Parts: sequence; C-alpha cells; structure tokens
Amino acid sequence: MTATASRRGFLKTTAAALVVGFCWPDSKELAAQTVASTMPAKVNAWIRIGADDSVTLMIHKSEMGQGTVTSLSQLLAEELECDWKKVRTEFPGLDPAFGLQGVFGSQSIRTGWTPLRTAGAQARDMLVRAAAQRWNIDKSLCRVSNGVISNSANNAKLTFGQVAEAASKLTPPASVALKNPSQFTLIGKPIKRLDTHDKVTGRTQFGIDVRVPNMVYAAVARCPVFGGKVASFDATKAKAIPGVKSTVQISNGIAVIADNTWAAFAGAKALDIKWDEGANAAFSTESNRAAFAEQTKQPGASARKQGDGAAALGTVAKKIDALYEAPFLAHAPMEPLNCVAHVTSDKCEVWASTQMQTGIGQVARQLTGFSPDKIAVHTTYMGGGFGRRAGTDFAAEAIEVAKAIGIPVKVTWSRENDIQNGIYRPASVTRFAAGLDADGWPTVFTANIACPPMGGFPGGRGGIDSTSVEGLADLHYTIPHTQVDYHAVTGGVPTTYWRAVGYTQNTFFAESFMDELATAGGKDPVELRRKLLAGTPRLLGVLNLAAEKAGWGTPLPAGRFRGVAVVNNVGSYTAQVAEVSVTAGKLKVHRVVCATDCGQVVNPAIVDQQIRSAIIFGLSAAMKGEITIEKGRIQQANFNSYDVVRMDEAPVVDVHIVPSTEAPGGMGEAGVPCIAPAVANAIFAATGKRIRRLPIANQLA
Amino acid sequence: MPNITFNLNGKPQSVDVNPETPLLWVLRDTLGLTGTKFGCGMAICGACTVHINGTPMRACSIQIAGLQGKNVTTIEGLSPNSLHPVQQAWIERDVPQCGYCQSGQIMTVAALLTKTPKPSDADIDEVMRFNICRCGTYQDIRAAIHRAAELQTAGGAR
Repeated sequence: MTATASRRGFLKTTAAALVVGFCWPDSKELAAQTVASTMPAKVNAWIRIGADDSVTLMIHKSEMGQGTVTSLSQLLAEELECDWKKVRTEFPGLDPAFGLQGVFGSQSIRTGWTPLRTAGAQARDMLVRAAAQRWNIDKSLCRVSNGVISNSANNAKLTFGQVAEAASKLTPPASVALKNPSQFTLIGKPIKRLDTHDKVTGRTQFGIDVRVPNMVYAAVARCPVFGGKVASFDATKAKAIPGVKSTVQISNGIAVIADNTWAAFAGAKALDIKWDEGANAAFSTESNRAAFAEQTKQPGASARKQGDGAAALGTVAKKIDALYEAPFLAHAPMEPLNCVAHVTSDKCEVWASTQMQTGIGQVARQLTGFSPDKIAVHTTYMGGGFGRRAGTDFAAEAIEVAKAIGIPVKVTWSRENDIQNGIYRPASVTRFAAGLDADGWPTVFTANIACPPMGGFPGGRGGIDSTSVEGLADLHYTIPHTQVDYHAVTGGVPTTYWRAVGYTQNTFFAESFMDELATAGGKDPVELRRKLLAGTPRLLGVLNLAAEKAGWGTPLPAGRFRGVAVVNNVGSYTAQVAEVSVTAGKLKVHRVVCATDCGQVVNPAIVDQQIRSAIIFGLSAAMKGEITIEKGRIQQANFNSYDVVRMDEAPVVDVHIVPSTEAPGGMGEAGVPCIAPAVANAIFAATGKRIRRLPIANQLA
Repeated sequence: MPNITFNLNGKPQSVDVNPETPLLWVLRDTLGLTGTKFGCGMAICGACTVHINGTPMRACSIQIAGLQGKNVTTIEGLSPNSLHPVQQAWIERDVPQCGYCQSGQIMTVAALLTKTPKPSDADIDEVMRFNICRCGTYQDIRAAIHRAAELQTAGGAR
C-alpha cells in the first residue's frame, strides 16, 4: 500500500470531526508509520505523544499562510527536544487552557514565544522524570536528544513514546529553565514548512473543503446596500432551478438551500427580493471623501501633542500643506468566505477557516444559548485571511441557517459576495501642515485625521481609535512641535482590520509627506530621515541597511528611480527602498530592497516569505485597490474590477534581516506599510508628480 | 438527467447531474475531489485550473455537458506518487503560503512545461499572469518553475 493510499484509508475510517484540521508533516514520512492503536498521551495542552513516538503538537492559533503551523511547532519542539521528523500538528478545539484562540495583529510568535517554549520544557521535564522513575535514578542523570532519553550512568535508553503515558500523570514543574539563544537548534533556522506537501497535492483541508455527512449547500442573497433588510421576496424562480431545495429568511437576507454550491449560487441570483434599503441608500464614496476632507479642517481629538504646532506654524521659515486620501479596501482572500455549521437541539458544531475561533465560540453561544460544552469549533486551514476572517459575521450567518434547517449546511460566499457584502478597510483623509526652519529642517509637523474607527466601534479612550491613528501618532521623527488630531467619522460602510491596519493608510501619508518636507527643505530623503531618527537606533539601523543594500545615491540604469520609507509596527522595524520606472504613464516596480529588524527570528525563511508577501499585498492596494460606492452600492464585483498585482507586475524583493536577540517582533504585517510610500516617493523622483491619493491607478497617464 | 461519462484522472467516471453544472462543482461537491479550488467563478483567477485533454482550462466556467468522452486531470491525478517535477520543485522551494491557489498554479505550470520545456521569464509572465496569488508567492513560483524545468529535463522523479 502506498503512503497516499494508507492516509486516505485512515481518513475514510475516521470520524469527520477528527479529520478536520489534521495536518501531516509529509506523506513520505508516513509510509513507514502506522496509526497508533491507542490514543496518544496528553502531556500538556499543546503536546500529545503516542506510544509509536509520534509527537502531535496543538496549533492553538490558525494558519493562513503566515507559517504558524511550522513556527509555533519550532517553539514547542525546541524545548521539548523531540524528533522533528515525528512532529505532526493539529488544530485543537476551543480550550480555555490556550487563552484567546485567534490570529490577528501579527501576535502569534510574540504571544507564543514564552508560553510555548515553557510548555515544551515542562513536557520534557515530565518525560525525563518518568524515565528517571523507571530507572530509579535522579533526573539529573538523564540526557535528552531527538525524542530519546538516555541514562548517563549505564547508557540505557527510553523513547518519549515509552514514557509518555507515565509522564502525562506527573505534576508539571512549577518552573523550568529555558535555553539561551546560543543553544537553539530549531529556532532561528530556515526549517521547511510542515504543511507544504499537502498544499502541493491538493490535500490540505480548507474550510471550503469540509464535507460532513448529510450536508447541504447554501448561498445567501444579501442587501446590496449596507444595513438594508428584506421587505418581501418571491422564491418561485429560485426553486425552479434543479438542485435547489428550499429558502430560509435570515436576519441578513435570504438563504437558498441546495444539493450543490452552484445550484445555491444560481438560486440566490434568481430570487426576486424587494429590499428596504435603509439609511445608506444614497451613500456615495465621492461625497464621503469631501465630507472627510471638510472635517479635517476642524480640530479633532488629540492623539498626540508635543509643543504647540498651531502657534509654531506662524513662525516657520517655510510652510508646507498637503491633503492625503486612501480608499475603502476589500480583503479578497483567495478562499471566498464560507462556514459549515450543524445545530441540533443540544449541540452546535462549526467548521471554519477562521482567524477568530474564540469569537466564533462566543457568537455560537449567543445565537444558540448553549453552554460552552455544547459548542464545538473546528479550525481548518485558511485560504488567506488578511483580517477579513477575524470577523465572525460569516460564521454567525451559517449558524443562523443551520438553526433554521436542523441539518449540516455549508454556506459559501461567491466572489461577488466577498467584494460587495463584506467589512472593509476604512477610507480616510489626513490633512498635513508642517514647517521648516531657515536651514530646511522640519520644526513643526501637524496631522489631522478623519477615519472611521477600524473595529467599527465609536472612538475609544478620549475619542481616539488607536488603530486609526497608528502610523502618525507614534511617528519616531524628532520634530519639536508634533501634533496629531483625530476625527472618528462615520460612513455607510462596515469597517474592520486589514493586514497592517492603520499603518496601511497612515504610513503612506506620513512617509510620503516626509518626502515632501525633504524636497521643500532641499534634503535627500534618506539624509532627512537619518537626522530625525537619531533617537531610534533600531529604525535608523534598518534605514541605513536598506539604503546600503539598495545602493542609495549610486547611479541606476536609465529611467529608474528610487524611493524610501520606514515604519515601526507590530513590534518590528522595517525600511524599504523601491526602484521604479514610469514609461508612457505606465508604472513598473522593478525591485524592492527591504531591511527588517524583527528581534529574535524564529524561522528566517518564513520571515523572508512574509516580507515578500506583504509587499505584493501592499502593492496591489497601492496600484489598484479601491472600493467605490454609488447609490449605496459597491461598484466592484470580482477580480476583473477589483484587480490585484499579477506575476508580470511583481517586483523582485531582496530581504535583509538584522541579526538580533531582542524579543521577537511580529512579521505578518510588518512588510505592508512601507511599499506604498516607497513606490510613491520613487514616482516623485521619476516624474515630479506627488501621489497624494491611493490607488495610483491611472494617475500617471 | 442523462449520465455524462468522461475520464477523470485516468479512470472512467459517470455523473448524473444538471448538465449545466460547471465541472468545478461536479468535482468538489458531487465527487468530493476538493483539491481544485473555487476563487472567482468567472475564469479570471486560475484557482480552479485543471487539464482537459492536456490543455489547462478553468473548471468553474466549463459545463459538465461538454466533457462527454474527454480526459480530465485534476491536482489529485497529476502524478501517481505526488512527485511531478512541478510538485517536487514546489516542495524544494517551499512555495506555498496559504496554499489555496497552488493547485491552480501547479496545474498551469505543468501544462506550460509540456508545451515549453525551458520557459523564459517572459514566457512565464505571459502564462502565469492569469493565476492570482493573494499571498504574493510569485517570486518563489518563478524560481520553482525554472527548477521544475531542470528536473523535467533531467528526467524528473516520476
């Protein structure tokens, strides 16, 4: 029997609930393995060890490409000292032992750094004590390597699998010593991802791939205007479509239940629905922009005040004003939203590719009234998330449909639903006024932001939504008078986090405007930043490294120009230099040099990938991304009208990582903010045209 | 409804479905072959790319009725041992991030290399710009295509 066949045989004979979220390291490795006949021993919440020496690590976060399955396993295995080749991973269900289960804010490594290494070390200690008891020796005489414990007195050996059961019954140690970085064998190494083999053979199970017995398929027709409700509907035409079974009205629209996804989509399109469009029926992004810009003429809530910007502006040698704008954006992960739910009289089960398992558990409790023990949330791999899957709306909807029909149902969103019925990165406007002294150095920097709160909630402390001002209120430039005001404006659009959140607009604004100040003062953009960042060594360090690696100041091939930007977000420091050409109004980004200081690196290969990923993601938005609304309706619908960067437009990206033993910084979002301003600044160098509104689109024509 | 019979990954397959149903949903929902992905539903993202009589096609936009007697190959049937040179190169390079688009990328590349065994960067751009990757794995994909071409020329590991 081949490895493939044996794995498939196993999957077929295993309960569906167990299959979801299973990830095998490599089917080649599995050829020699048989499935253990007994349940593996639970040494602690994260670690299970089978009698066959298999090590199953619980990935309590989720995986959307950012590498958590591999990098969190590295943290656990580093201290556990298991055999890396025997590591498998699994996404566990909800368990308070894990704390918050979800992935957002580039936090998995940062929040897992100490707890996961500790869990690995505790488990190792328990395994060693179990072996020492078996040998009746002191544990100090035991040595551990690659999942094998040796008795240094007589060289006897016990494998983890042989003592796991006994170890699981011991009390965890109160404290454990963790390795010094110099002792790391997995952390800091470019370990291959554990999930690649399944991803290149089509075996990885994403949410959309979940199939449970007796499952039906659903699609939902939602109001084209945000906040609108169903007034009345006629399902006659929908029900005439072969495969369509029924329709169900839910709070958000009409669900069409069918025996396959395509029939459900066709049914949802065929519904004849009269909508009560509500308050947003006349909303337009064009008038919204004007309203936001108007708002920024007024003082707002103070997000930062140092010196007296308003007064100082009256005394400067040179004053510079600018108005910057960013549009609404959709996330558009490759896997359209979907969720499988099954609600019976005493149980609610949900299968989802989600960034927010804990949130889905809460939503399930609210919608069913069940206690936590009656709710199961199964996490699958995600086909991208970018913040969209931190929302729980799509799961709530599936639970609502499942409650109504009593059998398992998979609700799948079409791409059009994803683009038009979602939650969005807010549009925003920032008005700058700055001043230079007689030598051309900035002495005053004021920013006035109008941006709907990212979480969709009214302003937080003191009227400030911290995510809406990040990237401006926390700028590191030393400028005597620095002032940032904020207006928590509202628009007719639900808003949420989008990979790198406030920095996606504000770093574009800030770093573009810093370039304007450099130009106005007759300074080189790198030189200006060097002077003003003297007090922030790690940011200065990446600026210098990126400038050096990009050859800043050295000649380029004819027609090519450079632009630079820096940011400190998610605990990491990043600088990028973009190299562009503009030919007959057409922008080409040839190369991006990125230097990052993200503290202690867990997996440099994944850091490298995340930077490249973030740059393409940010570049898609900078060049093309825009959600516009007329008469309350989103004008974009699919990848033809909401286009993204393609292979032929992708720059070569060179990543340089600063060696560091500082605490790890986040990485998933670190590379996003700089690319838009670096490219816009390079465009200015190439053409003299200052991009003050995203996307760049056809502004160069 | 009439049965439609075609060859799927080397074996005869009959289905009894609405003949207008796109191949994608027959594969995924009727037959349970979920390696082929839904991304856009209008043949513009490439996530659902399969081979029909050896040609890369978008399964989301091909009605099952037109496949009578045709040969359909999906990611699950690309190679008997999952080690097609393209898959091998993808593993060497650790190309996938989220992985969702990669079935379509790999099927597109496998067809490209059959027709153009040593593609230039321009050849790659011309074909691959119709396959979207939101994780931005393009640089790794390009490197892996060149590597797969080497492996294929060397006889691969099939």
